[in-house]
Amino acid sequence: MVAHADTLPKQRHPFIEFILRWLLTTNHKEIGTLYLCLSFTLFFVAGAMAMVVRAELFQPGIQFAEPELYNQMVTLHGLVMVFGAVMPAFVGLANWLIPMMIGAPDMALPRLNNFSFWILPFAFVLLLSSLFMEGGAPNFGWTFYAPLSTTYGPPSTDYFIFGVHLMGISSVLGSINIIVTILNLRAPGMTLMKMPLFVWTWLITAFLLIMAMPVLAGAVTMMLTDRHFGTSFFNAAGGGDPVFFQHVFWFFGHPEVYIMILPGFGIASQIIPTFARKKLFGYHSMVFATAAIAFLSFIVWGHHMFTTGMPLAGELFFMYATMLIAVPTGVKVFNWVATMWRGSMTFETPMLFALGFVMMFTIGGFSGLMLAIVPADIQYQDTFFVVAHFHYVLYPGAIFSTMAAAYYWLPKWTGHMYDERLGKIHFWTAAIAVNLTFFPMHFSGLAGMPRRVVDYSIAFADFNMVSSIGAGLLGLTQLLFLYIVIKTIRGGEKASDQVWEGAEGLEWTIPSPAPLHTFQTPPSLETSGYAATTAKH
Amino acid sequence: MSVRQGMATGALRLAIGLMVSSVLWGLPLRALAVTLDLREGATEMSRRVQALHHMSLIICVVVGVIVFGAMFYSIFAHRRSKRPTPAKFHENTLVEVAWTVVPALIITGMAIPATVALVEIEDNSDADLSILVTGSQWKWHYRYLEADIDFYSNATIPPEQINNLEPKDEHYPLMVDNPLVLPTNKKVRFLTTSGDVIHSWWVPDLAVKQDAIPGFINEAWARAEEPGIYRGQCAELCGMNHAYMPTVVEVMPEEEFDAWLTDQRLARELSGEAAVAARSRDWTMEELLPIGEQVFLTQCATCHQPDGSGQGLKYPALGGGVIANGPIEDHLDRVMNGKADTEMQAWAPQLSDLDIAAVITYERNSFGNDTGDVVQPLTVYSAR
Repeated sequence: MVAHADTLPKQRHPFIEFILRWLLTTNHKEIGTLYLCLSFTLFFVAGAMAMVVRAELFQPGIQFAEPELYNQMVTLHGLVMVFGAVMPAFVGLANWLIPMMIGAPDMALPRLNNFSFWILPFAFVLLLSSLFMEGGAPNFGWTFYAPLSTTYGPPSTDYFIFGVHLMGISSVLGSINIIVTILNLRAPGMTLMKMPLFVWTWLITAFLLIMAMPVLAGAVTMMLTDRHFGTSFFNAAGGGDPVFFQHVFWFFGHPEVYIMILPGFGIASQIIPTFARKKLFGYHSMVFATAAIAFLSFIVWGHHMFTTGMPLAGELFFMYATMLIAVPTGVKVFNWVATMWRGSMTFETPMLFALGFVMMFTIGGFSGLMLAIVPADIQYQDTFFVVAHFHYVLYPGAIFSTMAAAYYWLPKWTGHMYDERLGKIHFWTAAIAVNLTFFPMHFSGLAGMPRRVVDYSIAFADFNMVSSIGAGLLGLTQLLFLYIVIKTIRGGEKASDQVWEGAEGLEWTIPSPAPLHTFQTPPSLETSGYAATTAKH
Repeated sequence: MSVRQGMATGALRLAIGLMVSSVLWGLPLRALAVTLDLREGATEMSRRVQALHHMSLIICVVVGVIVFGAMFYSIFAHRRSKRPTPAKFHENTLVEVAWTVVPALIITGMAIPATVALVEIEDNSDADLSILVTGSQWKWHYRYLEADIDFYSNATIPPEQINNLEPKDEHYPLMVDNPLVLPTNKKVRFLTTSGDVIHSWWVPDLAVKQDAIPGFINEAWARAEEPGIYRGQCAELCGMNHAYMPTVVEVMPEEEFDAWLTDQRLARELSGEAAVAARSRDWTMEELLPIGEQVFLTQCATCHQPDGSGQGLKYPALGGGVIANGPIEDHLDRVMNGKADTEMQAWAPQLSDLDIAAVITYERNSFGNDTGDVVQPLTVYSAR
């Protein structure tokens, strides 16, 4: 190597240097940052689409968006939020945190890590470029039911298909990396049952991804061959079966729901004990409940299809299995409350977001239980009640937990404390806006408003107006979040290494900001004062 | 429904309304209480579904009050300013077993009435009347299987109301030309299917929502008790005009329904005679253009636009269009048989010879098209 040193160009242009550094990086922290930046960008893109939707629904009649544009906005909002905002945010957190939490120097497969990230920008360029194509972007909803998406889909559907393929490849490779890292690179003495809960939930999430994403890839591949190569997987006229599409989609789709929430469970389980200054209650039952939810997530997909003409036996099975999920989910919520119980709590911004997460996610869980009751679900199905349900699960679930994580670990990442006053303002406005936006949707749904409609009966006008006002406020609060994050990166009060007095875990033993390379020699759990999150037996 | 039941539901509604609205907005309670609940509907089953909804909602509210109560108590009482030293406990087997077993018992309790109702919902046997409901973009077609009567139910939503140029009708946008007519107190079986994409036939007050899927025939049933007009709409995203695909059902007493059936048969015969009369003579362009314009505006304009300018790639412009200015046979074929795998439907089964002749004549002589062609009903008849 030394011999070649002087043949290399001595100095590159700083801009080229900058691009190459981020393009070629194999460092878990830098890749984590890339994921989080991409996620944040797409969060605003998909959020802007939601603003178009809510502006149109502000009043009955057609104001801003013609039906074609409206359907495209609804579709892309869902796809980009799910695949572009939530999933990359969690992968970004995994990249940053898992090696630091288990005392590993990096992810196990650093080059693969770089590749899994850099697939994503291309995937989203493919997907979003469809907006500018003749015939418009995909307009069939994020669930892309056949035959609306196959025979009747716009030409840009093929870009959507390849975009989804790329996202799937990225997720599967990322998950393999996470599993390999967790199973092989833990510091000596850190047994599985001593791992922080965030690591546990991600390990289980990664298995869900590996099992679910290939099924989605199968669905879009069948779509592709139906569209171009004369097959009839989903085309009834050719002997195919449109309902088969829904089975395949939801076999992916339901685990996907838990992919978007399990890491959030992990985050809450890190943050609540820190600010309650008390060990997590029921560590073992938390792990088992997560595993139970993951298992159940693969046998409940039919509850999305109760109106498709499913036989009674199928409906009963999926109803019982779905209701069963309430048990492990309840255990988690009870454990969080028991963790708080007789603690010594303070309420910094990460704790506020974590508590907001627990409470509003629980409301989403309640409506989920109601949706499991098939005779009632037949009325709820495809109405705004469902929209309210899954936004309660996803916004306070996935988004609030990601924001809690950002406030909690930003000081470790940047070396600066965020502005606590602004953080609190952010939380309270966001919490009010989320409820203002999504709570009235329960009522418009119960009154009979279907989802994905560009226009609606005047009977639903008041609730929609409230929702739209809430949505506008919710959009604005996230601009505040952007400002807070940028401000924290650029400067602010110096953060200590420990950052939070009640925090436990290896990531708090390294300096703030975390240097590029950490744990190049494995830490010793005893000398680093690692009191495992678990009980000592 | 008995008075007692009525009072019970009323009280429940008010209670839910009070709880939710006082917590959230403190808005006028009585006004809101009516719209906060799942619809009661007009059948015995819809009321049972509503009762199931109440049951699960109340259970969730009670559990929520307990859990959130504990949480808020803890937030209040177990803060550092009140308790500088945290407790040390972090597990308790008895408690953990209890909060696993108790929820399991609660959901078992919820599953029992749900199962009983579901078994009944799925029992489609012994229907008095069967109706084949076929969805297509963006209208419903109803066929009374026993009575040999069928018709399309087209949305009649004025574009001026959609575009906010006129005040909206009370029932906007759930308005159709021909509602589905049903008798009271008869078990009516709905067989749903689709001619293109998946739709979902939904009438909230009958507690029926059944997907209409191409290649499948699904079943559902309802027994309406009170005469009235019940409105719903397509519940499954089915393309551009998904929001404008109403399902309107008119329920009438049995005698009236029988009279309606007789009227329908008579109207059918009359329209047969009118069709014979229409094709037995030549029509002038002046006669056809106004008829054609009317047909165009009600059937074609949602996609091709009232001025025939179309919308992008999917819905081609008719002004200067290849078909509208090409051979008449091709134009006839496109209108009568549609274009496979697109929203362009086959209109031959939906429109009369005269309507088709008139709309083709209109399209060939409007929007800047000037072919001078006049298409006769007889030509359409022979092309069938």
